[in-house]
Amino acid sequence: MSLQSRRATTAYIFLAVPLLFFLGIRIAPTIYAFLMSFFKNGGTGFTLQNYQQMFTSHTFWRSLLNTLLYVVITVPCQLAIGVGLALMIGRVKRLKGFYRMVYFLPYITSQVAISWVWRLMYDPSNGVINAFLGWMGIPAQSFLQSTNESLMSVSVVIIWQASGFAMLIFIAGLEAIPKMYFEAARIDGASPWQIFWRVTWPLLNPTLVFLTVTGVIGALQTFTQIENLTGSSGSQAGGPLHSTISMVVYTYNQGFSNFNLPFASAVTVVLFVLILLVTVVQLRILNRSFEY
Amino acid sequence: MKRAVKVTAIGFSVLMMTGMLSGCGGSSNASGSSGKTVTITYWQYTYPSKVTEMKKLIQQFQKQNPNIKVVEQDFPYDQYNQKVAAAMHANQGPDILNLYYGWIPQYVQQGYLQPIPSTFMSTSQINNYYIPMVKDSMYNGKYYALPIAVRSLAIFYNKDMFQKAGISGPPQTWNELISDAQKMTVYQNGKLVQEGFGPDVSGQGYHLFQEILLRQWGGKPFSADNKKVTWDTPAGLQAFQYWMDMFKKDKIGDMNFDQGAATAFQAGKAGMIVDGSFAIGTMKKSASFNWGVAPIPTKTPGGKQENFGSYWVNGIAKGVSGAQLQASEKFIQFLDSTATEKDWLNTVGELPAAASLASDQSILNDPIYGPFEQGLKYAHATFFVNETTERQAFIDETNKIFLQNAPVSQVFNELTQKEQAIRDKYYSSQSN
Amino acid sequence: MKSRTNVTAIVIHIVLWLGIVVVAIPFLWMILSSLKSLPEFYSFDFLPKKWDFSAYTYIFQQTQYLRWYGNSIIVGVIVTASELFFASLVGYTLAKFRFRGRGAIFVLILSTMMVPTELLVIPWYVMSAWLHWTNSFWGIMFPGMIEAFGVFLMRQFMLGIPDDLLDAARIDGMTEFNIFLRVALPQVKSSLSALGILTFLGNWNAYLWPVIIISTQGMRTLPVGISLFSTADNGGGLQWNLIMGMSTLAVIPIVLVYFIFQRQIVEGIALTGIK
Repeated sequence: MSLQSRRATTAYIFLAVPLLFFLGIRIAPTIYAFLMSFFKNGGTGFTLQNYQQMFTSHTFWRSLLNTLLYVVITVPCQLAIGVGLALMIGRVKRLKGFYRMVYFLPYITSQVAISWVWRLMYDPSNGVINAFLGWMGIPAQSFLQSTNESLMSVSVVIIWQASGFAMLIFIAGLEAIPKMYFEAARIDGASPWQIFWRVTWPLLNPTLVFLTVTGVIGALQTFTQIENLTGSSGSQAGGPLHSTISMVVYTYNQGFSNFNLPFASAVTVVLFVLILLVTVVQLRILNRSFEY
Repeated sequence: MKRAVKVTAIGFSVLMMTGMLSGCGGSSNASGSSGKTVTITYWQYTYPSKVTEMKKLIQQFQKQNPNIKVVEQDFPYDQYNQKVAAAMHANQGPDILNLYYGWIPQYVQQGYLQPIPSTFMSTSQINNYYIPMVKDSMYNGKYYALPIAVRSLAIFYNKDMFQKAGISGPPQTWNELISDAQKMTVYQNGKLVQEGFGPDVSGQGYHLFQEILLRQWGGKPFSADNKKVTWDTPAGLQAFQYWMDMFKKDKIGDMNFDQGAATAFQAGKAGMIVDGSFAIGTMKKSASFNWGVAPIPTKTPGGKQENFGSYWVNGIAKGVSGAQLQASEKFIQFLDSTATEKDWLNTVGELPAAASLASDQSILNDPIYGPFEQGLKYAHATFFVNETTERQAFIDETNKIFLQNAPVSQVFNELTQKEQAIRDKYYSSQSN
Repeated sequence: MKSRTNVTAIVIHIVLWLGIVVVAIPFLWMILSSLKSLPEFYSFDFLPKKWDFSAYTYIFQQTQYLRWYGNSIIVGVIVTASELFFASLVGYTLAKFRFRGRGAIFVLILSTMMVPTELLVIPWYVMSAWLHWTNSFWGIMFPGMIEAFGVFLMRQFMLGIPDDLLDAARIDGMTEFNIFLRVALPQVKSSLSALGILTFLGNWNAYLWPVIIISTQGMRTLPVGISLFSTADNGGGLQWNLIMGMSTLAVIPIVLVYFIFQRQIVEGIALTGIK
């Protein structure tokens, strides 16, 4: 048995249980759900009408567009804020733990409660944000209640919640960089600026890849914040006039308010294909091999 | 290397063991074949007063029927339909389901409900026992579920605010309501700070148009077989225009003011709202001012009275049979008895569904329940084919008026077409 | 040089404090809202006019809050332990071994992240019903025992471990599993803590699946319990002061856990030298 094949055997043994788990718990149910997209609602039999209806549905295209907007708006912002915070907190000597804790708070709080607080802050007539804008001499805005500002308002809440998460991962990534690299660079007489661009940034690449890929996947599946910020008993989430609807919200409304599970499955199939494409492209672009 | 195999194997078996062990905690509908006890499961959504009342009723029922055990389970309102869908797909549903009457068509279409067995209660027996409004929940000529209690609409008004504005009492006509509301509407620097009448399109507002204004203006919402939307008349447009003008022209309220009409009223920032009898409990708990209830206004003094009624119903799940079915029938019978219904009124605040209690003087003369009980006489329960989508169409279309200043007549036509399309889609999927 | 670093530090502190204001206001609002009566809650003021503790007395006297708390902790701890072990094992294997099908396996695992949970609810439920897992701890936990997210995270961090380190251990005659346990894992301690926190959090706030799989009061987890008070029959009836109170109480242990973990992160890093 060669060394190579012995290593491979070890790898397969390590992977056996997790792979079985993934196949049984994730892959099989997904296939089941995908098959459902070819059923008639409330019956069986192969049909393509779910897909036909979907591609002719105005709301579907709207949800697709919004979903992409959420990705483009929220992911870069939360990464930039996250890396900024991580570097700043890395620089200071005092209050490190305190800062980390506070900036991580939004991520750990119950979504339902905090979304309602944001709703109150966004309230056009009594909200604190308009009060602040008024104090600065800016006219009152309608935020969640106007078709033009609602998507942006939801995005702000998403960024507010997710930045602390990005920060935490960046901090872990910074700390995972072996100290000897910095020391070596310092001995070579590199300036802090050079150290950052030549050592820190390239070595943060795996972290960045991870955060970008998961961030985009997460943003493509935006649901909870929209549900809590725009849904109310009686009206479906994603309003006003579908201006904030994402694909998952659309799926949810179709599947569980309108009892059209096959149609909801069809939307998810499209979403899955979209996520898969985006992720593959990202991994191709981002995964530079790096040498030690 | 060998250790690796061992550890992984141990990990795997621990995973599986936990699965096996905890699997014993499942809620299966074990029919007590060993003894004579039959266990049935009842599902409803979590509405605190209903949950408490149901648990009390189950105690009573079990005393009367020692060989039946009823298990009550409740779930958050927003996920209730999802839970039902998941459980019914897995053949693990309850024996009795509580649902909004407007969901019956979909529940039946999805195969969640079975018709009320005629051996238990025939159609004519049901028709005689309940107030006429319950007929609106018939589906394909059959009853699939029966209510305990019903609700209607009325005006909630803030007495303190009325006094401050110098208004003597609640309005009798819609024109009066608008002029009263104008006296109570306050704008500061172009921002609404107090509204006279809260529009509530997503809550009860759309019923207000569809079953009250439309009918008072001489229109009718649907054809006799419920397949056609019949608003598209000059009278229908007038009624719709009148409703929209309240907020676009007279500006007596705003859709989104203070997170919706109900919230604004509770916060003491709205003079009047239209809401159902089910809101009484909340008002009692959270309103810190004097409030009253008045009947829904009419178009002209002494004119035609109209109202919208709705109710939650209990149905037997598809596939329930044998001893379970008999026990379920018994339990539903117990829930629908007049004794239960009277008790229900006192604890939950919903009105009795039995015809024999409709003229109960003690209810009619109650200052709070009276107007609702009165309203029941003229109440229609809309026959929804897909309550959620129909409501959503209203919300979306009126938003075009509120947010984008779309012309009312154009929106009215679009809305009519949308509602018609929902019905067409539903009935076409019925036929194949 | 010295003074310049000091100036930089002061500027950074100021920036961070400004950010804290933005971050903390909604959070404080939530806590303060739990100390208001319902009518006052709707009046949009930041500070309560009258401090009202009735929400908390209600939570502890009228609900099974502590029971839900316990359930959430049990689920969180077990799932986190399982996730940490398996995710790091798989991540390590994918990062540090060369074998046929590695790329395909990685993509397969990643692809499971791309399907929204909302869609899997029905198949999972059908499966759980068939295996009698409904309304049990195992039923709540099984989907999270190994998550692609964790595998991906650990793989990214394991990539940073120098191969020489592992080869040196192999030359010393360590078994492969021991190398993973004793050599690789200490190298990624801080990311393990991060993953631990994130997994625990994810479970702590998980809502949709627990709601569907649980049928009885006593089995509920915190978010499911909290949601019972945000139920309304077509509007009205939202008991916001209770919701805010419960959410406030739910955050406290997380803050504690985080602080405890943080110590370990710092220590773990201090001890991780390359020997």
